[in-house]
Amino acid sequence: MKQFAFLVRRDLSLAFRQGMDSMMVVVFFVIAVVLFPLGVGPEPSTLARISSGVIWVAALLSAMLSLERLFQTDYEDGSLELLALSSLPLEVTVLAKVTAHWITTGLPLIVAAPVLAVLMQMESEGFLILIVALLLGTPSLSLIGAVGAALILGSRRGGVLLSLLVLPLYIPVLIFGVSAVDGAIGGYEFKAQLLILGGFFIGSLALTPWAGAAGLRQALE
Amino acid sequence: MFQGKDLICIRGERLVFTGLGFSVSPGGALVLIGPNGSGKSSLLRMMAGLLKPAAGKMEWNGENALDDFDEHASNLHYVGHHDAVKPVLSVLENVRFWAGVRGAEIDDKNILTALDAFDSKHLADIPGRFLSAGQKRRVNLARIIAAPAPLWLLDEPTTALDRASISLLDKAIKRHREGGGIVVLSTHADIDIEAATILDISDYSLKKIKQGAA
Repeated sequence: MKQFAFLVRRDLSLAFRQGMDSMMVVVFFVIAVVLFPLGVGPEPSTLARISSGVIWVAALLSAMLSLERLFQTDYEDGSLELLALSSLPLEVTVLAKVTAHWITTGLPLIVAAPVLAVLMQMESEGFLILIVALLLGTPSLSLIGAVGAALILGSRRGGVLLSLLVLPLYIPVLIFGVSAVDGAIGGYEFKAQLLILGGFFIGSLALTPWAGAAGLRQALE
Repeated sequence: MFQGKDLICIRGERLVFTGLGFSVSPGGALVLIGPNGSGKSSLLRMMAGLLKPAAGKMEWNGENALDDFDEHASNLHYVGHHDAVKPVLSVLENVRFWAGVRGAEIDDKNILTALDAFDSKHLADIPGRFLSAGQKRRVNLARIIAAPAPLWLLDEPTTALDRASISLLDKAIKRHREGGGIVVLSTHADIDIEAATILDISDYSLKKIKQGAA
């Protein structure tokens, strides 16, 4: 446990000192959402109707953006070998890196989301549920993405391959995330969608570290 | 006691070596020699557990080393071709992290002593990106002193090192062996390792074995 915290802290300080990576993710998120009012026109009713979908799709794409680097730098400079040889099981290493990844990329997205919701004319009933849904959904994005990030190590054009591998797996998070927010705005039931998002998170928390570690072992051979 | 028997290594459908065996007792050293591509690095990675042998056995103090990867990994230090020095962390932070992630007591005094063994104490506060290749290698070697482990696997540790640093490495290896440690290293350059067993890997390539049979 001590070593887990140690690894998370190290990844966080690496991210903060390099700075750019997590900034880029948020800026991409904001720009992607801002493009929609420009593209579909400024009518409030149109924007309000698509607001939750646009924010979720943009969140999905920006989460993808930083995934490629999740294991890549450690793989290139030999740190990954040493992490594999440390007393920490590789599954826990994956979990620690995902935790740091979520704190540096997922959390800023959640902070930025309400502001963008205002921009997209979303009804205020949806705000809280949007944040809750993102809180439950974005960790799953980081976890699933870690499997893809482990699998692309050592391949050329890894980024494109990563999108092809991971985006289809993000679809359930997208569907239930959007429908929870739309439910809250429309005055329908939304608890079930949130529970499914939570279940999806717990499921990926249990399964993806194993898959990610298997991918890393393959890459290290 | 670290032993291997009948090890076979296959990389990309090519047989690298076969029927390879070795044995090193505490305080001993094994030097791997052989031309490029003969499998020195592969054998070291195999010893570290990073690469699974196609066949064969490896034992650490009589216990199967291939069984429990994490258990075996906690007994060894591996120095590969890359130095794993993060450009944005200072030298001290780099070494402190690698010591800490192995569960060693993190005491800055210990880490500075380890750096001092490779004459790198003055680099402690310098970020990794300003280090030369040789300095990075010295920091990487300081890492293995900061968190003790009985087995050292060094893949061409003298790369990028100057003469003075090589003699420091010599001394570190000597101290490690006096304390009952085992060293396995591969090398092209001359490094004086006393009473070392020399293993020429090319003797175990398929070509050599066929020649011997004929």
